[in-house]
Amino acid sequence: MAGLKRITLDAAAWAERAAALGRGEGELFALFGDDGQVHMVVREPELGALEMLTVAVENGRYPSVGAQHAPAIRLERAIRDLFGYEPEGLPDTRPWLDHGLFKLSAPLGAAGAPRRQEDYPFLPVEGEGLHQIPVGPVHAGIIEPGHFRFTANGETIVRLEQRLGYVHKGVETLMRGAALDRAAQLAGRISGDSTVAYQYAFARAAEQTLGVKPPARAIHLRALMAEFERIANHFGDFGAICNDASFALIHAHTGMLREQVLQTADACFGHRLMRDRIVPGGVTHDLTEEGAARVRALAVEIAPRFAELFEIYDSTASLLDRTVTTGITSAELVKRFAPGGYVGRASGRKFDARQDLPYAPYNKLSFKVPVLTAGDVDARVRIRAEEIRTSLSLIGQILDALPEGELRAELPAAKEPREGMAVVEAFRGDVLMYLRLAADGTVARCHPRDASWFQWPLLEAAIEGNIVADFPLCNKSFNCSYSGHDL
Amino acid sequence: MRTLLFRSIFKGPATIEGPDAGPQAVRELVKSLDDLSRRVLGRSLAIREVDAGSCNGCELEVHALNNPIYDLERFGLKFVASPRHADVLLVTGPLTRNMRMALERTWRATPDPKWVVALGDCACTGGLFAGSYACEGAVSEAVPVDLRIPGCPPPPIEILKGLIALMDAASRTGTAARIGRPAGLPARE
Repeated sequence: MAGLKRITLDAAAWAERAAALGRGEGELFALFGDDGQVHMVVREPELGALEMLTVAVENGRYPSVGAQHAPAIRLERAIRDLFGYEPEGLPDTRPWLDHGLFKLSAPLGAAGAPRRQEDYPFLPVEGEGLHQIPVGPVHAGIIEPGHFRFTANGETIVRLEQRLGYVHKGVETLMRGAALDRAAQLAGRISGDSTVAYQYAFARAAEQTLGVKPPARAIHLRALMAEFERIANHFGDFGAICNDASFALIHAHTGMLREQVLQTADACFGHRLMRDRIVPGGVTHDLTEEGAARVRALAVEIAPRFAELFEIYDSTASLLDRTVTTGITSAELVKRFAPGGYVGRASGRKFDARQDLPYAPYNKLSFKVPVLTAGDVDARVRIRAEEIRTSLSLIGQILDALPEGELRAELPAAKEPREGMAVVEAFRGDVLMYLRLAADGTVARCHPRDASWFQWPLLEAAIEGNIVADFPLCNKSFNCSYSGHDL
Repeated sequence: MRTLLFRSIFKGPATIEGPDAGPQAVRELVKSLDDLSRRVLGRSLAIREVDAGSCNGCELEVHALNNPIYDLERFGLKFVASPRHADVLLVTGPLTRNMRMALERTWRATPDPKWVVALGDCACTGGLFAGSYACEGAVSEAVPVDLRIPGCPPPPIEILKGLIALMDAASRTGTAARIGRPAGLPARE
């Protein structure tokens, strides 16, 4: 197959790679099922490049990675649910996405009769004076559904266990057999706050698969949209974190800043969230000269207004009292789970796909990736703030470099089975997109891996020892995706 | 912070009169919503938002209704934390099978009279996810829907317009015209 290097391992070599991950050699980037096989994407820290490994599933089984490397456990529980494969040695075999309510079991595998609904056994917690607080799936705020099972001793949380899968929509099954344009639309509806990033990743994976280079103008407009999306989300989160500490002033002002970004996006690209603007081969909408001027003016206007808000954050003791030392994610766990985005960068993991797995036009733009080591809510706020400043600078650089020309390249016919993979830095962290096309050009397999897969488990650890009232703060500072994770 | 507060006071509200208030139509919309909610519901309508499988796009735009530009609360429209405090369920998503029970329980926990608004293409028809093994499709498959607001996602102004339409219908007939009431919704568990 063209477009992607992939190494097939036998079961013993696969298990050895899993053990190496467990020893801290390399980082797990993705792990997902396919027809009769399982793929794993790992990153070698020294080389920095991604490597894709495959093992055959024999008699419905393959050696578990999670048995040796904890970050793989949820991914393998999902493989069990969706493909029906048995990861041999997997320490936790409770279903994850399949709550026993789907119309069929193993939808991507043998597709059998539905699994029966059973009670979900949460991990046992025992001790004097402990009580449990079940929260969700319908939460008090306007957020996505998921279940949190808190065990607390008085006000202090001793354990949080998450249960997800409530918004599982069967995206990967819907993509299978879909034409490229429909699959691209589905990609844009995996996580609404990252619709640009997902369609960006899908388009790049499709282009790599088909060996197409999009026009230079499209490459730049994509990055412009991606930075818009990043800024809008960071404004929203920064405000929401402050609001969760009852500091409404910053929330009100960031709400206005976010709205201005979305209105500008709407005026320039015809959609507030810029959904369905990035397609395989290029982009659908051009930026007019008037639009470019508007974007430039926005970047100039926003910078000092945001600086003022951040100054308020940074000088309000009562607010910092809630964020500093709250929800600490240890550097050790971050090294093990390799979470992308601000969750990793606030705890010493300097990884940004725009720089570490560089793609155009970022390889020609100048920017720094901020890293902190405190790992608390405050550090995640500060990383976001720095990323807003960076994005504002990037927007200027992209406009300066914006070439004239076409918006879309013709896509050739696939002719033979092909595969490709792309990683794009969404606001939350890296989105990985694996794509395999059949000879007729339809999607044979697509796996989108959200950054949240490696962030959710760390939230369970970060909240330990904090008070219940600080959970919203911690949760918002992570802002993991439910829909992107549940698929 | 004091500078910002003082400046905000002298600048006046960002809402409506601000530079981003939008076209004349928005201002008219705002006025009509104001009159309606006052007349029909004594100027109070409590909304419980339920994500029944959305990609979170609709939630982002619902959030925007709360920002100072749209400032939903000045009309007496208010998002509440519990269905027991709600008049309206604002439901998004292609109703995943994993969320059906939670939606039905939320609906039952909402006191009468109540209205259900299906927000976004997914909630209206199942959208791109219709036919999935993991989705029911339209929200009306599980609970009676009074109003549909299509869009992917609908912008905040469209959501506002939809809520006006709902109150308009309620004021004319006493109860909104129901769309797609399912036959077999059990009364209690």
